[in-house]
Amino acid sequence: MVELIKSEALLDKKIATCVDKLDKKFSGQDGMRHIVVCGGTGCLSSESKEILEELERLIKEHNLEDKVSANVVGCFGFCSQGPFVKIYPEDTLYHAVKVSDVAKIFDEDIINHKVVTELLYEDPNTHERIQKQDDINFYAKQKRIVLHGSGTINPENLDEAFGNHSFEALKKVLHMTQQAVVDEVLASGLRGRGGAGFPTGKKWQFALNQVNEQKYVVCNGDEGDPGAFMDRSILEANPVNVIEGMMIAGYAIGARDGYFYVRAEYPIAVIRLKKAIKELEEVGLLGDNILGTKFSFRVHLRLGAGAFVCGEETALLNSIEGKRGMPRPRPPFPAVKGLWDKPTIINNVETLANVAYIINHGASEYSKIGDADSKGTKIFALGGKVKNVGLVEVPMGTTLRTLIFDIGGGIVNDKKFQAIQTGGPSGGCLTEADLDTPIDYGSLIAAGSMMGSGGAIVMDEDNCMVDVAKFYLEFICDESCGKCTPCRIGTKRLLEVLTRITNGNGSMEDLDLLKSLASTIKTGALCGLGQTAANPVLSTLAKFYPVYVEHVTDKKCRNGVCKKLITYNIDPNKCKKCSMCARNCPVGCISGVVGKEAFKIDTKKCIKCGTCMAVCRFGAVYKK
Amino acid sequence: MSKKITIYIENRPYEVDDGQTILQAAKKCGFNIPSLCTWRDGKCSLASCRVCLVHVDGARGLVPSCAYPINDGMHILINDPQAVTARRTSVELLLSNHYFDCKSCNKEGHCELLEVAHIVGARPEQYIGAKTDTTLDEVAPGIIRDTSKCILCGRCIEACKDAQGISILGFENRGFKTVVGPVQNRSFSEVPCIQCGQCTLVCPTGALMEHSSIDKLDKAFADKKLVIVQTAPAVRAAIGEEFGEKIGTTSTGKMVAALHRLGFYRVFDVNFGADETIVEEATELVKRIKDKVPGPMLTSCSPGWVNYIEYYYPELISHLSSCKSPHTMMGATIKSYYAQKHNIDPKNICVVSVMPCTAKKFEITRDGEAVDGNPDVDIVLTTREIARVIKRSGINWKSLPDEQFDDDLIGDYTGAGVIFGVTGGVMEAAIRSAYYFITGKELEPVEFKPVRGFAAIKSATVNIAGHDYNFAVSSGMANAHKLLDEIKEGKSKYDFIEIMGCPGGCINGGGQPYVNPAFLPNEDPDILDTYKEKRAAVLYREDEGRPIRRSHLNPDIIRLYKDFFGEFGSEKAHKYLHTHYNANREKFPKIK
Repeated sequence: MVELIKSEALLDKKIATCVDKLDKKFSGQDGMRHIVVCGGTGCLSSESKEILEELERLIKEHNLEDKVSANVVGCFGFCSQGPFVKIYPEDTLYHAVKVSDVAKIFDEDIINHKVVTELLYEDPNTHERIQKQDDINFYAKQKRIVLHGSGTINPENLDEAFGNHSFEALKKVLHMTQQAVVDEVLASGLRGRGGAGFPTGKKWQFALNQVNEQKYVVCNGDEGDPGAFMDRSILEANPVNVIEGMMIAGYAIGARDGYFYVRAEYPIAVIRLKKAIKELEEVGLLGDNILGTKFSFRVHLRLGAGAFVCGEETALLNSIEGKRGMPRPRPPFPAVKGLWDKPTIINNVETLANVAYIINHGASEYSKIGDADSKGTKIFALGGKVKNVGLVEVPMGTTLRTLIFDIGGGIVNDKKFQAIQTGGPSGGCLTEADLDTPIDYGSLIAAGSMMGSGGAIVMDEDNCMVDVAKFYLEFICDESCGKCTPCRIGTKRLLEVLTRITNGNGSMEDLDLLKSLASTIKTGALCGLGQTAANPVLSTLAKFYPVYVEHVTDKKCRNGVCKKLITYNIDPNKCKKCSMCARNCPVGCISGVVGKEAFKIDTKKCIKCGTCMAVCRFGAVYKK
Repeated sequence: MSKKITIYIENRPYEVDDGQTILQAAKKCGFNIPSLCTWRDGKCSLASCRVCLVHVDGARGLVPSCAYPINDGMHILINDPQAVTARRTSVELLLSNHYFDCKSCNKEGHCELLEVAHIVGARPEQYIGAKTDTTLDEVAPGIIRDTSKCILCGRCIEACKDAQGISILGFENRGFKTVVGPVQNRSFSEVPCIQCGQCTLVCPTGALMEHSSIDKLDKAFADKKLVIVQTAPAVRAAIGEEFGEKIGTTSTGKMVAALHRLGFYRVFDVNFGADETIVEEATELVKRIKDKVPGPMLTSCSPGWVNYIEYYYPELISHLSSCKSPHTMMGATIKSYYAQKHNIDPKNICVVSVMPCTAKKFEITRDGEAVDGNPDVDIVLTTREIARVIKRSGINWKSLPDEQFDDDLIGDYTGAGVIFGVTGGVMEAAIRSAYYFITGKELEPVEFKPVRGFAAIKSATVNIAGHDYNFAVSSGMANAHKLLDEIKEGKSKYDFIEIMGCPGGCINGGGQPYVNPAFLPNEDPDILDTYKEKRAAVLYREDEGRPIRRSHLNPDIIRLYKDFFGEFGSEKAHKYLHTHYNANREKFPKIK
């Protein structure tokens, strides 16, 4: 029988019990040892579920159930190093664990209390093995407010959420006026984390001002930027925190219903969210008269079918209503006329995940984090050619350099940094010259990119920026909803011009055409996605214009990416005449005599697949 | 009264009513901002074409004037260089994905894309590239869809939703592959489309058109058939527009003269058929009432409406009058009575109906629209098509004299028949005769005005022989479904309901001339609000001018029944003049 939590006293009691229990779990005061295993999507695909099952089996086999526990936790964030297994109270973190390592961890650490050194993270520079998470460089410069709880609490256990102080903020809010809640959020300086960066409190204020029996809160979990997975991790790691944020928003604006719109491609997030909603309903924290007050709130879940455009808030509303996901013109803004024409606020997952923290710690504390322009923290999905790939939460104002070189550990193979794309397909590329730009809404826009939802893709000297622009444009072309002319046809024409250029058929007029068309798309498209669709072109044109010119006039791709503009050749002086390249060539265009005659590539037949270069052990194959 | 506010266009102040879009307000201030997704001056498929972009101080980017509301003190720049470029670019992009077979396109002088391209100064070859895969749907008899000409403005989607509430059309696919069409890009014949053709009225290009039957007409003449033409009442109220006449001009005489000059053997008025319909339908109504058949009876002369009830309310089919529509009644009469009297082999007759309607093209293919294997009507041409034929033949409309319809055994018609072409007309005509059938006395005055006008649902109660009879009239399925739901729920208080497929009735049929202010410089600025009334007035005027205004008094009708059918509603009349319906039409048949 589930205990109902229908009063503040009961909630206080519940939280106190759970906090105590969780504290004891982490500190070892309960006399037990606890193993947690990462249950984020990334680690699950590397068999972390099997790792957990194996641990559970061993615990059972050794009859240690009352001495050792094992459970799943949310994403640790350092995804390139997963799966992670952490042991409390010692706080030992094992990385890149395989199912075959489990027996060893169990025997050495659990049974014999000896750290398995070879499974500890090794610092790539000092080659030192590091036992504790916080001592790893990747984590050292982060500030985990939103991700607090990720990697520590069990997302499928409501008690651990309470142990993490969930619902303290809601309790506090229920004693405040609606206006006071909005003021608090406004004063915190919180801005939308989904991309546009609109002040959250202002949005809430618009909706609060509307007089209407029915209002809605919508949580946008339709994360679609290539490479971005902030929202997924948050929902997978601590769904209750987001639900609490949504409830506070609902209380603030006077809504009784909230909708989660989550992509169907996030099955684990959906399962955990569903479970959390169900359990909260069971204990009475969702439903009518929450904690005995007049506040009633219900949460509904809707799954997106995979259209990028449904991350655009008005398209998302259409999708929830069961219509085709196409943006609506604004005004009217959703705060006035949103879901089913009722006043609606749409907040991103990460935005809502900040709310409870703001209420608990106060706007003034919160606004101390960050810089003058932007408050709080921002999570980035750091990816691309950076050593430490993963989810990173940094205070606003952190420089790109810190993000890439300290937290990210620098460029893979110590190659030369070329650019970082922030803001996903809607953002722009920033270069070496921008590395000391602080990460905040204003500075990123001033530098020619944008905050976006948190994609951060690092590119090195092996990336061709024209090709990068083309990649994003291909994505946009596929994902355009097709409603407005500039986005539907304009982006296609841009892509065609870029294809011409990367194929060596471009002209200088094409560059002018690119610029003028891209600018027109920016001012003329219907929705935020369309208006930013040409940003990758505009930003690369601005920052890498000489590279474009080289493609056009010299028919050359200096980074050796654009296939039509390069040839593969073999340096006869370096060739050891081993025939490795010729044997691996899929079209048989390499000839030579083993041991006698250096090998040569027939460039007319060559399909530029790069196999020869990959297999040559002597570096004799080169691109030109 | 809405509030007056001040807006600034190119920095000059204008006082306008609040609550409008920039496009609407600018129009009242004398600025026509080009637009493609907007039509009827306000209805818009919501800012998709980006041809009406203007600059507004303080707004992010350019704003679509069609969807952006004005507010007090707003500064609007239509001539802002960025806006001028953006409007031109939008059109140029549309052109880059458009197939320019203008010479063979039946949209001829009515193409708004071409017009807007001229206005914004679009350079046709500014953007060149791949084109979206195209679909040509010529399967449905009523309308065709050619996506090679579609600019995805979405007007048709809104029009279908607006007029019929059935949303047959929508966006399909994504990105550059997006097309507008029925679900799964199916043919109109594979979805529950009623083929009313309202979409063809709003399409700015030739993407949605009537399925032309001009080739069939040419073949009939080439085959030396006896080609007899009959024109629906609504045609005369609009055909002049195709030749530059002002909307609301009576064109009966010139139209008949033109048809004579095209070489038709006889030029008949479908109004005679309408009179047949009235005597049959009124007889059926009186019989149903007498036999206590559960009411109400529903009219059956609009084929779009008949399609609708078959698809969406098949359980109500028993309420539908079994009467054929006027033109097929008349076709059946021509091929039987008329042919016999003149000793002509009916197989040698080709009956051509000129109709304001695209669904009529479908109607003549229906099971039950033929007698003894002989189709009642062979060819249906819309008003727009016959105008094309007239133009093609070099006939100078302006110099045509007024001529009379042929009256050869059949053909005389009453004022009751004429008003069939406007919503409420069938009801009014039927009441005139039903009153007589029940009471033996004539209804005075002959006009029955409560069923006139363009309200969504009109209703009236008439006391006939001490009994109150309730009537209702509706047009456009978005309006009519309320009446149908009442019947379904057993709550309908009506005895007889007239329903027309198109909003406003046949005068606004899917085959009528386009009403587009861009191409009608001599019309009043509010023509989109008034054209239906103006066309209706033509019919009401003609009714008033007819010597006989009650169908049952038409001497040709009286002779026809005396010589051929016998009684009104006789078995023979049923054989020729009545039809049956299909309650089992599959909405989404499997695609072969």
